[in-house]
Amino acid sequence: MWYREAGDFKKTYSEDSQTFPIRLDRIGYFVILLVAVLVVPFFITSYAANAVLVPFLIYAIAVLGLNILTGYCGQVSLGTGGFMAVGAYASYKLMTSFPDLNIFFVVILAGFVTAAVGMMFGLPSLRIKGFYLAVATLAAQFFLVWLFNKVPWFYNYSASGQINAPERTLLGYIITGPNTSPSAKYLFCLAFVILLAWIARNLTRGTLGRSWMAIRDMDIAAEIIGVNPLKAKLSAFGVSSFFIGIAGALYFTVYLGAVEVGEAFGITQSFLVLFMVIIGGLGSILGSFAGAAFLVLMPVLLKNVLVGGMGWPTDIAAHFEFIIVGGLIITFLILEPHGLAQLWRIIKEKMRLWPFPH
Amino acid sequence: MSLDDSYTTPDGRTIGGVLMEMKNITLRFGGVTAIEDISFDIREGEIRAIIGPNGAGKSSMLNVINGFYHPQDGEIWYKGERRQAMKPHAIARQGIARTFQNIALFNGMSTLDNIMTGRLTHMKSNMILQAIWKGPAEREETVNREKVEEVIDFLEIQSIRKTPVGRLPYGLQKRVELARALAAEPSLLLLDEPMAGMNVEEKEDMSRFILDVNDEFGTTIALIEHDMGVVMDISDRVVVMDYGKKIGDGTPAEVRANQEVIDAYLGVSHD
Ligand SMILES: Nc1ncnc2c1ncn2[C@@H]1O[C@H](COP(=O)(O)OP(=O)(O)OP(=O)(O)O)[C@@H](O)[C@H]1O
Ligand SMILES: [Mg+2]
Repeated sequence: MWYREAGDFKKTYSEDSQTFPIRLDRIGYFVILLVAVLVVPFFITSYAANAVLVPFLIYAIAVLGLNILTGYCGQVSLGTGGFMAVGAYASYKLMTSFPDLNIFFVVILAGFVTAAVGMMFGLPSLRIKGFYLAVATLAAQFFLVWLFNKVPWFYNYSASGQINAPERTLLGYIITGPNTSPSAKYLFCLAFVILLAWIARNLTRGTLGRSWMAIRDMDIAAEIIGVNPLKAKLSAFGVSSFFIGIAGALYFTVYLGAVEVGEAFGITQSFLVLFMVIIGGLGSILGSFAGAAFLVLMPVLLKNVLVGGMGWPTDIAAHFEFIIVGGLIITFLILEPHGLAQLWRIIKEKMRLWPFPH
Repeated sequence: MSLDDSYTTPDGRTIGGVLMEMKNITLRFGGVTAIEDISFDIREGEIRAIIGPNGAGKSSMLNVINGFYHPQDGEIWYKGERRQAMKPHAIARQGIARTFQNIALFNGMSTLDNIMTGRLTHMKSNMILQAIWKGPAEREETVNREKVEEVIDFLEIQSIRKTPVGRLPYGLQKRVELARALAAEPSLLLLDEPMAGMNVEEKEDMSRFILDVNDEFGTTIALIEHDMGVVMDISDRVVVMDYGKKIGDGTPAEVRANQEVIDAYLGVSHD
């Protein structure tokens, strides 16, 4: 009975449209934020950062981005890997061409470059929908990977064809390169996550978000109401690619440090992020985090249990992981297309009534 | 009755000059002529009905008005100016809103959000301001939310504010759709069969809302309706269509006395 809205009256319209209308949610959110910013950095180990936290944060950004496009605006994309590659290569070119440019701005600019590229590849969405659009974005995926492989300018003519992130610092702390501390990696990514989640929330609750959702739910009615489909769809592609580009830049500069494009940003990456969106919940900010956490954590847990605990060979455990992920995606698509976010809502609804269900 | 100057109806409303004029509109789909050389006007402040048997071309006419279909022939005059071919979203910005024959709500959104989308043409803050939210964007949201709350009160749908529209019964969905159109504060409101599929009580409610909208906000309304009783009760003038042609135009009494109209409806099950 302690989790409820009763007695929590909204006196103004802006209070009514706040992010966490229920007080306990608000408190919970601030506690998580405080722990994430003030506690975790002191205890983070290299394993926790590299295996769990940093990939989780980076994928959360990519999932937020894809969710804006697919979950909010209803435009399916299989080009996420390719757009992450744009972010990565843009950050690489920026870092090597302008060594004095602050790493924070490198990442932001990489986001803008990706936004422009994403809008270009979003143009077909004005004409084609659904399955055909998915195929068009798939073409973008393959084209971009091919481009970064084929044109040596993008990898500065290095013999290996790889790109390597040089060392950069922010406020005196090393952020990229092999000597980066786990807490610096974590905090740098966390800062982007907080900033971008806040932006995603703001954009989706206002006019722009409603035009996206209107296009998603009924494009003809949306247009007759005054939504300009060109603006709505291209802005969704732009914002989405901005997020995904930043994720790609962080994935390369902070997380991996060295990248071979086909390996890091192949089609599997596109599918992984899409699965995160589906499992977390289409059109949900919270779901984006849940989906990213789930698919980052699960392989780690499975590996620990199966290989560490039960002594299975690594390759069999890896296959087993594929089976579980595949099974889960099918289960979610059939049973709960709104994903973990919806499960959470249902649990909360139950809690609100507990212990008197009627 | 002269078409150029305003007059007062028996119930005391003022009908102004011509707001929209359709001149010799012809619309074809391949071999099918949905609208053939039709002319009529809609005057400011009036309730203008469009009636006719199924397939007469009534919905197509509304689709021409809000730019969803482009006629092969004819001119459209709106607010004294000839309108060029325009996209539907641009026409919405000129103050034309509508509801649909088959409900076209945004099913993934709540009642409130659906109606808020109706305010879109009034909301100006750009993407940067919206991303920051605090400040202009939030203020704009609040101002427009107040307008939306007025509409919600007006249509008496306070209790379903936060309900996803997909869960609402049919009659309420129709009402939310009307709310979304009203939220735009349109100069011209197009209603495509707003009472189709409703029971008597719901029809009475809807008729009352339509009359109140017209009366309180002075909104010009063009509506398509099959229920003759309702049409005769609430409309000032009626256009009658049959097989894409106009066969009658005038006050309800004039139209009812028109032999061609009587013939068209003979044997058709509308009274
Ligand atoms: N998009 C379209 N493509 C082809 N034909 C169309 C299209 N829209 C309408 N028509 C045709 O135009 C004619 C008029 O249709 P319309 O929907 O305007 O009729 P209506 O008077 O609204 O009928 P109802 O009372 O059944 O709603 C019909 O013959 C219809 O088949
Ligand atoms: Mg019709």
